[in-house]
Amino acid sequence: MEAKQRVLSSVNLELTETWWMAFKDKIGRSWYRFRRNPISLTGASMVLLVILLATLAPYITPYPEAAGGFTDFPNAFQPPGKAHWFGTDAIGRDLFTRVLFGYRISLMLAVVVLSISVPFGVILGLTAGYFGGKIETVIMRITDVFLALPPLVMALAICASFTPTIEVAMLAVASIWWTWHCRLVDSIARSVKTEEFVQASQVIGDNHFRILFKDILPNCASAVIVKITLDAGFVILVGAGLSFLGLGVQPPKPGLGTMISYGSMYLPEKWWMTVFPSFAIFFLILGFNLLGDGLRDMLDVEAGGS
Amino acid sequence: MYSILVLVGLSILIFIIARMLPGNPARLALGPFASGEQVEHLSHKMGMDKPLPLQYWTYITGIFHGDFSLSFQTRRNVRLDIAHYLPATLELVIVAILWVLVIGVPLGVLSARYKDSWLDNVMRVIAFIGVAVPPFVVGLIGQFVFSYGLGIFPTTGRLGLLTPKPPSYTGLFLLDSLIAGEFSVFKDALQHIILPSFAVAMTGIGQITRITRGSMIDVLSKDYIEAAEAFGIPNRYTTFKYALKPSFIPPLTILGLTFASQLSNAFLVETVFAWPGMAKYGVRAILRKDFNAVMGVVLIVGLAFVVVNFIVDMLAGYVDPRIRLKEGEG
Amino acid sequence: MEDRHILDIQDLHVYFRVYEGVSYVLDGIYLHIARGERVGLVGETGCGKTVTMKTVMGMLKSPPAIIRYDKVSLDGQDILKMSPKELLRVKGTKISMIFQDPMNALNPVFTVGEQLYDVIRFAQKRLDNEKNPSQKEIHDRGIAILKEVRLPDPERIMGNYPLELSGGMRQRVLIAMALVNEPSFLIADEPGTALDVTIQDQILNLLKELVENRGISVLLISHNLGVVRETTERAYIMYAGQIVETAPVDLLFENPVHPYTQGLLASVPSLTGGEIAEGIPGMVPDYTVAPSGCRFHPRCTHSMSICSEKKPSLTMIEPDHYVACYLYTEQKEQNE
Repeated sequence: MEAKQRVLSSVNLELTETWWMAFKDKIGRSWYRFRRNPISLTGASMVLLVILLATLAPYITPYPEAAGGFTDFPNAFQPPGKAHWFGTDAIGRDLFTRVLFGYRISLMLAVVVLSISVPFGVILGLTAGYFGGKIETVIMRITDVFLALPPLVMALAICASFTPTIEVAMLAVASIWWTWHCRLVDSIARSVKTEEFVQASQVIGDNHFRILFKDILPNCASAVIVKITLDAGFVILVGAGLSFLGLGVQPPKPGLGTMISYGSMYLPEKWWMTVFPSFAIFFLILGFNLLGDGLRDMLDVEAGGS
Repeated sequence: MYSILVLVGLSILIFIIARMLPGNPARLALGPFASGEQVEHLSHKMGMDKPLPLQYWTYITGIFHGDFSLSFQTRRNVRLDIAHYLPATLELVIVAILWVLVIGVPLGVLSARYKDSWLDNVMRVIAFIGVAVPPFVVGLIGQFVFSYGLGIFPTTGRLGLLTPKPPSYTGLFLLDSLIAGEFSVFKDALQHIILPSFAVAMTGIGQITRITRGSMIDVLSKDYIEAAEAFGIPNRYTTFKYALKPSFIPPLTILGLTFASQLSNAFLVETVFAWPGMAKYGVRAILRKDFNAVMGVVLIVGLAFVVVNFIVDMLAGYVDPRIRLKEGEG
Repeated sequence: MEDRHILDIQDLHVYFRVYEGVSYVLDGIYLHIARGERVGLVGETGCGKTVTMKTVMGMLKSPPAIIRYDKVSLDGQDILKMSPKELLRVKGTKISMIFQDPMNALNPVFTVGEQLYDVIRFAQKRLDNEKNPSQKEIHDRGIAILKEVRLPDPERIMGNYPLELSGGMRQRVLIAMALVNEPSFLIADEPGTALDVTIQDQILNLLKELVENRGISVLLISHNLGVVRETTERAYIMYAGQIVETAPVDLLFENPVHPYTQGLLASVPSLTGGEIAEGIPGMVPDYTVAPSGCRFHPRCTHSMSICSEKKPSLTMIEPDHYVACYLYTEQKEQNE
């Protein structure tokens, strides 16, 4: 009896070690390919730039008070110039500052939404894919209901019931987003489940949780990572859309979508109020898309949706 | 088909969210100055005091009679509202999909054929941009450059202020004006639809280009293309006939998703261009918490998907005999 | 003198620029085929047969391939110098090809008829600029050729998709497509390898018959010695991008002189029992770091120092029988 335990645990240890070594090797090679791929590098640098700007925003912006409900009417509607690189808005706030703070909001949106929805979706997906049968059917049907509408429309519908704030918007988007990851992980789990090494684990007598964590999850990792990167861009896009329609970030907070919405009223004369936030958000979304695409090439992931 | 079930599930979901949440719709409808009595009266009339499942049941059976309940804003049956606004959105989305096919597919094909050339790289960049730019930004920039700047296209609306509406055969102004032979109206409607439809289409163009390119690259490396070339079939044919058809399945499946993004984009673009469509109606309903209207819009959108996905599945079987034949066997 | 050969290759070298460096695949190939002759090209997988074939068909894309040659002529014309338009005119009409794997060589989303029509139609367009064949003419020619390849019920087959046909039928369709425009030269790339042996036999017999009737010159590429013996008149043995021996088939099988040829023949198991067949130790070389001189020398039991220094040229040891090996040049020198 004891002998069996010892054998089992040593086998387990070996398997884990090999797994770890394989993982390190994969990372090493992937990093090498990453460095040589112009797409992923461009994307990564764009995203890093934005993160840097956003984190340092309170320190590097010339008029940090502009991020809030500050007013300076004499200075309103200034075109871009030396004092205000991006110009000022309708109540005199420096646009450059607001854009940088707006990045903070966008990034935070992505982080919050994804950190809620991804774990939830992945766990549900693993459960569904691995256990199959009725459990899977139920979970997948629920997923289908949430996916019946495009994310923006669903989020809009959900937001309809609440007071429009950024928090509400984040929860609304998160409540839809888990479905994509659930689906993705489910399909991967289903195919991995039939592989021999999983069956080997089952024969050894691993309990289900260990199998899920040790055997199946790593196989989903690349796909999920790629998806998260691409999602970040898309989530920010949806968030901007919601804000643009008035359901997301509310003034005086400097949400990029909100700024574009207000700025659009003053087209075409005061063009800078629309153009700079627009470009800013485009830059960020593009960065995430390039990065995600590059990661996909690099990790050699097969398109599992999206 | 179980997609009906999905629709039902969707309607339940939205219904629950709408009804169970804070805020009394009756009060919202009447405004802050209404008295408590009036609110109660309306609540009762709307059936708010009945148990939730019963409310749902009443609503659903009502739908089958064409009664989508009253919109709080317009005070008329939501069904009429939707019927009034739907054609505009349909027209917008249809033209957008045309853009996607006409621009996206050739771009993808050429990109694949001339892989890694400068042409390919330019097209890939365009595809990336298409997916990354928010549709309302495309709309705004479009307005900025073409309307305000160059004055080629009008800014808002479906027709100029002075142009009369064409007789309504389909509700699609472009078709109707052609049918009626009113070419000046057609021209006006066309001018008005170009910018907004393009804004809606941008995302789809990006998506279709990328997937067509990928699929085509895959097919071009296959043996049967080499064989066709060896038998002396010229390049133009091998690319556009022999390679295109097999590569069509992935783009086709994406077409369903593309439709989803088009409709989604419409919600943003209609606002920018003051396009009197169902999406704009929906947005307004949401902002004013007009729940019946919201339900109506949600159901119609859901239904649209079921229909489109069904059509896409049929088309896939038609284009690729492999699918058709396999289904025959199984 | 030139017109005697329908295909004449002299000193052909092909390199590929690849990630790891330069892959030097063909190192001086000599090959010729007379009109109406059936010639085999034998070698193991990876020896360069496919590259040779693609070169002749003009199917090599020029970067990444680099081609140097003395002569590569089809019916007196230099193939590699032809313009794309000229090449197009030649493909399918003068020179045609039968592919190895019928499953993959037919486009799955078009009917047989559609693909056959196109092959016929485009050839016509190229040959007679004024006379565009009518749909009926095309159809009739299609039916006729399908009958010739012994396909039952050609009308129905025209309307079928490749998926609906068996492997043997698909191969016949491919043969039909190759022969319908009456080429003078046919390259058959491992015909029937993907099929069952009995079907392969049928196909090869069919091919032989059709080719003899029409007087078509054939280059049959195979790794299977038996097939070559049955269907061809003369053969070349190829190893790692070099021609090592060539002779009329019977002579080759009775008196193989190159160590590689001997090894090949010894590795075919005999149905009549006897000794166990031996393989040849070693593997086909990596073309980015190919062996110098005679490329077989690392695996050859008789190798001498000169073998790694300089590539041996083909010398005649008896009429029509040539070998590239220092074992025999020395002997010859000794005899002289």
